Amino acid sequence: MSHHVLSLLVEDKPGLLTRVAGLFARRGFNIESLAVGPTEVEGLSRITVAVDVEDQPLEQVTKQLNKLVNVVKIVELDPAQSVLREHMLIKVKVDNTTRAAVLEAVTLFRAHVVDVATDALVIEVTGDSGKVQALLRVLEPYGIRELAQSGLLAIGRGGKSITERVFRS
Amino acid sequence: MTAPAIPAPASSASDPSAPAAPVSAPGEPPLLTGSGAILASLEKLGITDVFGIPGGAIIPFYDELMASTTIRHILVRHEQGAGHAAEGYAAASGGVGVAIATSGPGATNLVTAIADAHMDSVPVLFITGQVFSSLMGTDAFQEVDIVGITMPITKHSFLVSDPAEIPATIAAAYEIATTGRPGPVLVDITKDAQQNRAPFIWPPKVDLPGYRPVTKAHGKQIVAAAELIAAAQRPVLYVGGGVNRAGAAAELLAFANETGAPVVTTLMARGVFPDSHRQHLGMPGMHGSVPAVLGLQESDLIVALGTRFDDRVTGKVSEFAPNAQVVHVDIDPAEIGKIRHADVPIVGDAKEVLIDLLDAFRTIARTSKPDYSEWWTRLDRLRADYPLGYTEPEDGLLSPQWVIQRIGELSGPEAIYAAGVGQHQMWAAQFVDYERPHAFLNSGGAGTMGYAVPAAMGAKVAEPGRTVWAIDGDGCFQMTNQELATCTINGIPIKVAIINNSSLGMVRQWQTLFYEGRHSFTDLNTGAVSGTETTQMVPDFVKLGEAYGALALRVTKKEEVDAAIKLALETNDRPVVIDFVVSRDAMVWPMVPQGVGNSQVQYARDHAPAWGEE
Repeated sequence: MSHHVLSLLVEDKPGLLTRVAGLFARRGFNIESLAVGPTEVEGLSRITVAVDVEDQPLEQVTKQLNKLVNVVKIVELDPAQSVLREHMLIKVKVDNTTRAAVLEAVTLFRAHVVDVATDALVIEVTGDSGKVQALLRVLEPYGIRELAQSGLLAIGRGGKSITERVFRS
Repeated sequence: MTAPAIPAPASSASDPSAPAAPVSAPGEPPLLTGSGAILASLEKLGITDVFGIPGGAIIPFYDELMASTTIRHILVRHEQGAGHAAEGYAAASGGVGVAIATSGPGATNLVTAIADAHMDSVPVLFITGQVFSSLMGTDAFQEVDIVGITMPITKHSFLVSDPAEIPATIAAAYEIATTGRPGPVLVDITKDAQQNRAPFIWPPKVDLPGYRPVTKAHGKQIVAAAELIAAAQRPVLYVGGGVNRAGAAAELLAFANETGAPVVTTLMARGVFPDSHRQHLGMPGMHGSVPAVLGLQESDLIVALGTRFDDRVTGKVSEFAPNAQVVHVDIDPAEIGKIRHADVPIVGDAKEVLIDLLDAFRTIARTSKPDYSEWWTRLDRLRADYPLGYTEPEDGLLSPQWVIQRIGELSGPEAIYAAGVGQHQMWAAQFVDYERPHAFLNSGGAGTMGYAVPAAMGAKVAEPGRTVWAIDGDGCFQMTNQELATCTINGIPIKVAIINNSSLGMVRQWQTLFYEGRHSFTDLNTGAVSGTETTQMVPDFVKLGEAYGALALRVTKKEEVDAAIKLALETNDRPVVIDFVVSRDAMVWPMVPQGVGNSQVQYARDHAPAWGEE
């Protein structure tokens, strides 16, 4: 199995996410993470999907996704040529003895404290998967109360845009 | 962007300024109810026949439909019948079928037919009513999420709750259903969208940025394919239903004639290449002819045209045609390489590709004309040694194969034959000679029992001048025979041949062969055990046929068969039902048992042909 990141440009239509997610399920693919949001073009959304599959079945799922009428374009992003980011909110248990150490870890990882309470901190971190997981490991001993994580977001490096060719044709 | 494939207006009867609509300002588009817009859109698209049943959520549309002078609505008795009738209509005519149902159970009753059309790439427009948009999501009476239910089995689906969107949605649905790889498209329209008014603008702007089917193939790939064909020693043209849907029978014939290569036609492609043609080897697959099965198996090049390497064709994939290179032509890129690697993948419409391939092959053949004579010697040997055949039953009952063969011989190649699913379907594929496309209709991918009667009805509506047979089983017939009422009342004189072996015959055959003869729940008690002993015969198909207003008769003796078929052919004022009481021990041969390679094909029970494995 290998890790792949697909970027789908889709029409913003009702049920679109069901169509995409249903297709993955039907063809037996596990979605590792999925992030959806609007793009710079009105009416178009972008779905970033991370999947763990072999190349040959990936080709099949890409072709099947392309058959969905509301899918306008699919690009597989090469991690070496792309910026990949995850976003996480972590609620960590603290007290007077541990607060300083936790804040130090936050600084070292260039994360942010976004909420402070006497017994807990909410920490926001953005980065690639390695960085986010490393921070999580550092914070784990203090006691993680809650965790919320976005899907992977990805965009190609350089001046090209996934949307530009769609509208030239 | 793809230009929308919207045909020219069919007639003026759909004049949007018809009396029912309120007068709009001069120069402005007419204001129509959503229902009026559905009807006007269908009329503008050239639709002339639709099948359906009204219900609460679709009443507004039916109110408009009643006034149409160009669209004939055929009131079916079950929505599944409407769906299969629309499929049969499309498959027989090469056009598009339309089926209409109400919300909830009306819509769910369409599901089997939608799945069937999806598997066999049949262009059908399914229109369903939906509850008021204000009630959606509240578990309202007769509310189901039919768009959600049918997502995996439609080419695309739409939910419309704004009457202004109706013309563009119907036009988009039509375009999606009929272009590229055809398929079913569902349009679910809320009751308020049917009732409210909006300007009717035609032709509407159809905006499908994500839908761009490729029809013209790359020239480089065409040349590469032609070179492989010219260089091959043992090629086979493996022809599937896509050639049928593409209307490319003439182009296939020209290409086959030019190359001299053998041709096999799958269950979905029967008739797209004439059975009488010298190069035709028969049907490949689990119940294919020995020359077709072994021809593919021993080939060094498979030219797959509009076909998808279905498991019923390949047998165990890893052992399928082990020495063959593959040229795979399909309009759906996802089919190429899905099951079998393609050495030369060609995405395109079968018709255009065959024209281009013929040109490319001619150019190459000028310098190096291929010689397939050694290959033909081998294939002719297989044909001589293993012709299609059957053994006469020993129980004193009719031979089902012989009955079906006589139906074909007496009705001829201009007739249409719709089969159900099971043994009789395979025999209808094997023992009727097909000489033209659109002559054999069946449920290939989904294997839907009950397809035959409604599909035959749809075919007869599309092609009223042709004789239309439903070659059905006693099991299948009991699933959809209610449409005989539709046929009688609407003057659709189809002919039904029930190949009555008193059992779910194909399952029984597998039980006989692979489950030690344990015939678990496959007796239907509709026919006979032997020439001297009948079962309870429930239902009595003759009485049932008569109850539906059909001419119904039972045939038990060989000498009665021809006369009964001739009587059916002469009867055109009502449907005909013939209950052919046949042997239940007859089996479909040849057969490749499931899970093994196609080299294990058995010509008859425990009788495998010798084949030249290298």
